[in-house]
Amino acid sequence: MLGPVVAGLWGTLLPAFGHLPAAGLTGPSLDPFRDLFAWAGLPRAVLLSLTTGVLATVISLSIVVLITAGWSGTRPFRALERLLSPLLSVPHAAAAFGLAFLIAPSGWIARVLSPHVTGWDRPPDLLIVQDTWGLAMTAGLVVKEVPFLLLITLAALGQTDARRSVTIAQALGYGRLTGWLKTVFPRVYAQIRPPVYVVLAYAMSVVDVAVILGPNTPPSLSVQIVKWMSNPDLAMRLEAAAGALLQLVLVIGALAFWRLGEIVVGRLGHRWIATGARGRCDGMVAGAALGLGAVSALAVLLGLAVLAVWSVAGFWSFPDLLPDQFTWRNWLRHGPGTLDALGETALIAVTVAVVALLLTIGCLEAEYRYGLRISQRGIWLLYLPLLIPQTAFLPGLQTLLLNMGADIGRGPVMLAHLVFVLPYVFLSLADPFRAWDLRMGTIAAALGASPGGVLWRVRLPMLLRPVLTALAVGLAVSVGQYLPTLLIGGGRVATLTTEAVALASGGDRRAIGVYGLMQTGAALVPFALALMIPALVWRNRKGLRHG
Amino acid sequence: MDKGLTLRDVTITKGGAPLLSVDHHIGPGDVLTVMGPSGVGKSTLLAFITGTLAPDFAASGTVWLDGHNITHAAPHMRRVGILFQDDLLFPHLSVGANLAFGLRPGGRAADRQARVDEALDEVGLAGFADRDPATLSGGQKARVALMRMLLSDPCALLLDEPFSRLDAALRAQVRDMVFDRAKARALPVLMVTHDAEDARAAGGVIVTLGDG
Repeated sequence: MLGPVVAGLWGTLLPAFGHLPAAGLTGPSLDPFRDLFAWAGLPRAVLLSLTTGVLATVISLSIVVLITAGWSGTRPFRALERLLSPLLSVPHAAAAFGLAFLIAPSGWIARVLSPHVTGWDRPPDLLIVQDTWGLAMTAGLVVKEVPFLLLITLAALGQTDARRSVTIAQALGYGRLTGWLKTVFPRVYAQIRPPVYVVLAYAMSVVDVAVILGPNTPPSLSVQIVKWMSNPDLAMRLEAAAGALLQLVLVIGALAFWRLGEIVVGRLGHRWIATGARGRCDGMVAGAALGLGAVSALAVLLGLAVLAVWSVAGFWSFPDLLPDQFTWRNWLRHGPGTLDALGETALIAVTVAVVALLLTIGCLEAEYRYGLRISQRGIWLLYLPLLIPQTAFLPGLQTLLLNMGADIGRGPVMLAHLVFVLPYVFLSLADPFRAWDLRMGTIAAALGASPGGVLWRVRLPMLLRPVLTALAVGLAVSVGQYLPTLLIGGGRVATLTTEAVALASGGDRRAIGVYGLMQTGAALVPFALALMIPALVWRNRKGLRHG
Repeated sequence: MDKGLTLRDVTITKGGAPLLSVDHHIGPGDVLTVMGPSGVGKSTLLAFITGTLAPDFAASGTVWLDGHNITHAAPHMRRVGILFQDDLLFPHLSVGANLAFGLRPGGRAADRQARVDEALDEVGLAGFADRDPATLSGGQKARVALMRMLLSDPCALLLDEPFSRLDAALRAQVRDMVFDRAKARALPVLMVTHDAEDARAAGGVIVTLGDG
């Protein structure tokens, strides 16, 4: 899957140095960079990219680590775990819209507090959403990255002997949270490091969330790159390419900075362990972390609720908590459009997710049959397409396709989606696939089943649930893709996500409500099916109920 | 070449260090018991014979079954049956479908069904064909696992600590059932165990690996 990434980077590199034959320009020249650095908004855009990315990663990682440290194994934690799959599957754009509808000056929170607490009888003139500092955007990223990091942490916890370590630490007089941080965290972090890097790279270069929640003047660097890309003047692509290269350098720099931060935190941690502090504020810290986690989960769920209300809202004046009347008119008006977009979304998502699933099963089965093992380096290779910012190689890929005269459209969009879907499908299925009891295979072979028979008649049926879950993950990732669809589709492939994000500038909340809900449904329904189908198929098989 | 299972100069190494060496012929209906504490690679020997040796091990020597060299045959072509300490019934299949999984392909559906019912009847589980294996008791599961393996017409039988999960009362009963059927079908049996009583009950030659 590295092919498109490398090709895209190459396609970014050439125009960044002024080489774009399609526009009659041949390089090399440094003009694109000169233009880029002459853009007055650049320092601000770069700063935004850095602050939102690093802040969102630090905050979501802290929430996840402290919640897990203080609460793993308890009842509130299990409640949070149950919310995980639905929260994960909510597309970034829908979550961002929901958040915007909550915190905006005319949003639900302001309505609840008005006019009694605030005294407002019309929306105040405050820049909460799209604030200059990108705080709303950071919040939008945090609410989506917390469930992702929590899932990864839970997977890593399964491979560490966490409970006994904490028990020992507690017997030595350490608080639950401090004991966990001092004994379990170093082991867990070593395992979740690649996904943490993915979160950092993603948060720095995200486009859809930035369009919805981020500032406009200037926007973050990634959004500006996309603006340049969609400019009809081909020469602007050179500036876009230069910007994309700068984005890549920024992400690499931030990753290096993060690595340094890891070393510093590690040193300080050793010193903290050596002090023997038992953790007197554990209760407070754990409580605060749980509170923040609950707020971030609630933000997504309430956001979806407010999207739902808007989608059926008639006249709704401020500061009323609910609309004056409910109506299906919005759905009737936007229904046909959403159905077209849903068809396109589903066609792309199903094709891509199925291909990704087949490739993943093929890889894992080959690994099993030929006794191969993926090294730590292989894992990084898998994460690489997720670590390179989308804005760095997708513009290049588009330019390259245009130069080759290739028809941009659905096929290339599917290929681009596959680059991002495959790693998630693989990461989702790999652990359960490898955890399958190999003696089952030995028994089946001893009973005369061929390798293919073992796979199709024993292994995959037993792994029905993880296989369907991986498929649902693939579908959700594909449904949520914004930039690949926009750039590689050349604006001609309209999915629910591209349509929804396109509505952001218009501010038609009823239309956004309809599209946001459809988008969420497209991602959420497969997850529900992935839970229901195995429960139905294996309803008389107790041995598979928890597997 | 004789009937039976022959291990000729079999040596298994891990990372160059020798783990175990066996050179032995097991005649039809005979039992060879390999004893030793856990961790000496007893199960590795069985994995070599079934053709499922993990890649970090290397093995030399040859395995002969009824005069055929099966050292390099594909696992599913070897006709070597194996029972583990866990029943390992396929959890997604009914008891009957588990047994039918062992039957060689071919024949009419009714005949296959009849053979499955017969096998269930033989171990006192008549009418269990549609049951979910997870609802069976430990002893019942062990019997189904045994019959599933026998229905695949193996030419040799490997036992990997097969009785260690069963409680004392069941243990003797299941053990007798396994050895009786192996003897009745004149199967060579190779058992690995760390349990002296199992070894005694097997009544064959005992080889002790490791420091013994």
